[in-house]
Amino acid sequence: MRRHVISILLENESGALSRVAGLFSARGYNIESLTVAATHDPTLSRMTIVTLGTERVVEQIIKQLNKLVDVVRLTDLTEVQFIEREMMLLKVRAVDHSREELKRVSDIFRGRILDVTDSSYVIELTGDDHKLSAFLEAIGRDNIIEAVRSGATGIARGDKSLKP
Amino acid sequence: MRLRDCVYKLMLEEKTVELSGGEVLIQALKEEGVEFIFGYPGGAVLHIYDALYEQNSVKHILVRHEQGATHAADGYARATGKPGVVLVTSGPGATNAVTGIATAFMDSIPMVVISGQVQSRFIGSDAFQEVDCVGITRPCVKHNFLVDSLENFAETIKKAFHVATTGRPGPVVVDIPKDFTTPGVTVPFEYPKTVNMRSYSPAEQGHPGQIRKAVDLILSAQRPMIYSGGGVVLGNAAAQLTEFTELLGYPITQTLMGLGAFPASNKQNLGMLGMHGTYEANMAMHDCDVLIAIGARFDDRVTGETESFCPNAKIVHVDVDPASISKNVTVDVPIVGDVGHVLEAMVALIRDTDKRADPADLVQWWAQIKQWSSKNCLAYDTDSALIKPQSVVESLWRVTKGDAYITSDVGQHQMWAAQFYGFDKPRRWINSGGLGTMGFGLPAAIGVQLAFPDEVVACVTGEASIQMCIQELSTCLQYGTPVKIICLNNRYMGMVRQWQEFNYEKRYSHSYMDALPDFVKLTESYGHIGMRIENPADVDGALEEAFAMKDRLVFLDFQTDQQENVYPMIEAGKGHHEMRLNPARELA
Repeated sequence: MRRHVISILLENESGALSRVAGLFSARGYNIESLTVAATHDPTLSRMTIVTLGTERVVEQIIKQLNKLVDVVRLTDLTEVQFIEREMMLLKVRAVDHSREELKRVSDIFRGRILDVTDSSYVIELTGDDHKLSAFLEAIGRDNIIEAVRSGATGIARGDKSLKP
Repeated sequence: MRLRDCVYKLMLEEKTVELSGGEVLIQALKEEGVEFIFGYPGGAVLHIYDALYEQNSVKHILVRHEQGATHAADGYARATGKPGVVLVTSGPGATNAVTGIATAFMDSIPMVVISGQVQSRFIGSDAFQEVDCVGITRPCVKHNFLVDSLENFAETIKKAFHVATTGRPGPVVVDIPKDFTTPGVTVPFEYPKTVNMRSYSPAEQGHPGQIRKAVDLILSAQRPMIYSGGGVVLGNAAAQLTEFTELLGYPITQTLMGLGAFPASNKQNLGMLGMHGTYEANMAMHDCDVLIAIGARFDDRVTGETESFCPNAKIVHVDVDPASISKNVTVDVPIVGDVGHVLEAMVALIRDTDKRADPADLVQWWAQIKQWSSKNCLAYDTDSALIKPQSVVESLWRVTKGDAYITSDVGQHQMWAAQFYGFDKPRRWINSGGLGTMGFGLPAAIGVQLAFPDEVVACVTGEASIQMCIQELSTCLQYGTPVKIICLNNRYMGMVRQWQEFNYEKRYSHSYMDALPDFVKLTESYGHIGMRIENPADVDGALEEAFAMKDRLVFLDFQTDQQENVYPMIEAGKGHHEMRLNPARELA
């Protein structure tokens, strides 16, 4: 079992998302995260799916995705050098001496504090899966009021690109 | 020419073509060369039905249940190779059609289903007869569309036919809200000549390097085996498969869906493989060293336990669908492409080279196969005082000279038809292989008979299956389709009973068909002819009598041996080499 980041260019049409999501549930594939939005070309959406599977399962996932009529192109980013980013918004309990400590940890991870009250911070943090997980670890479960993660987005390094 | 046809013609000639949505549909179907549309009216499609009225270019066949419409269109498609077309209303019309759509999807049958939808402004409001048709059908269609404007309607229909019929075929649903078919609300009509879909381009030619690699492997085999499936039938590649197989002199087996793509009467044919395939076909699969899979998808009913599937074989797999390759069984040389094209390319390469498999190896291999064949695995007790279902199918073959179109339902009778009716031509054997839909046979036979009014069409069925779409007897009367129904009536859901006998210590839980109707009277009440046959001696005569009545539907209710099982059999979890043979085999 390995983690794969699959990037998909698909027709920006109603129902396209449910075709992809439906495929994963119907065939029992894993979805760790799924993000989607229109691209600079409004007729196309770009989707990033993070999935876990054996080589054989991931090969099937890619083939089955390719078979969907709304899918224009796709690539398994984990096969190439790529950049992965996910955004997280975190509401944490911030009282007394822990306010200083939280600010420091947030700075170390290059987080930004977006909202401050007497008892809480909202912190924005961007990074890959490892970084976000490490940050959650550093903050400590007990201090977290809410955690919102966007799911991963990804793009290949260098000249490689996903075009229609 | 009817009034409506004249209007269409005039409009087209004067190029002042402004059509309503309903008229766009009819005109588009005409452009696609559609002969028949199988349907059932209802609120959301009334405008379309009005456009159908008083025109002759597309013949509407009124079924008695939407499931029947989809199966009839499916039967038409399987027999002709042309897409079947269905028209149903919203809500229950669409949900009733789902079983037939899923049936077509599992067997890759080209079909276009037009479903009515509530007016676009009511979508999502739980309006009368509203269901999310696109959502419900999504997992069992090749693609579907919700029409979002009248302007796009013609192009959407064009796309639907294109997607349904190219690559690996399949059903496509076009859901059209009622307001887009309103009479008087028109658009300029021009049917697109071509389709441009950047996200859809099925492969045609196989990769030349892969084809060369495959041929090298094929010609170096010592114990080769060809395993062909429904893809050869769908790809109209029976002639190419036959040429390829005869050129090599290798043994061949077919899946349930592939029967007829290679003549049953050809000596190289080992018959069907899989759960109820022949002993020789399954043993040859198990022992082969090179397996050549063509237009087949390694279905679980074919492979048995995949752990012990072809343990010593290198596998070549030709398929138009890349997702079929290495899905259930990992293959060594995959070739993605149209089977006909790939077979032609392989034949050309083989003819070009002197390299051949060692004849001595082949002689030895055929000797081994002959030994397996000598088990006579399909033999059954022919001296029984009861009618043996196998004998009915054999008699059917004799009476129809092996040249009928045979549809079937699902269960024991389906397996006996597959085993005992030797199909020499493709598209003659029409059954629900993938989904296994009881109720398929009769409506499918209607579709076949309409396509070929002068051909002999028989539906091999059982007393359980036939009751799942029995209402279509009425459709048969309305359109005069003289189908012959061969009912192998053993008063049980036979296949369920067989599994209960083998796996549940004969606890026949709810598989006995109590309170059966009198099929003779039932058929007569529908205006057809019914016959009940109880003695083995009467089988031939009854069939001859029935088939002599060329313009009448005859229901032959054969009272068969209740205990008969389908043999040979690979039981769940077993491999090809572990077949259960008929205990009565030695008697025969």
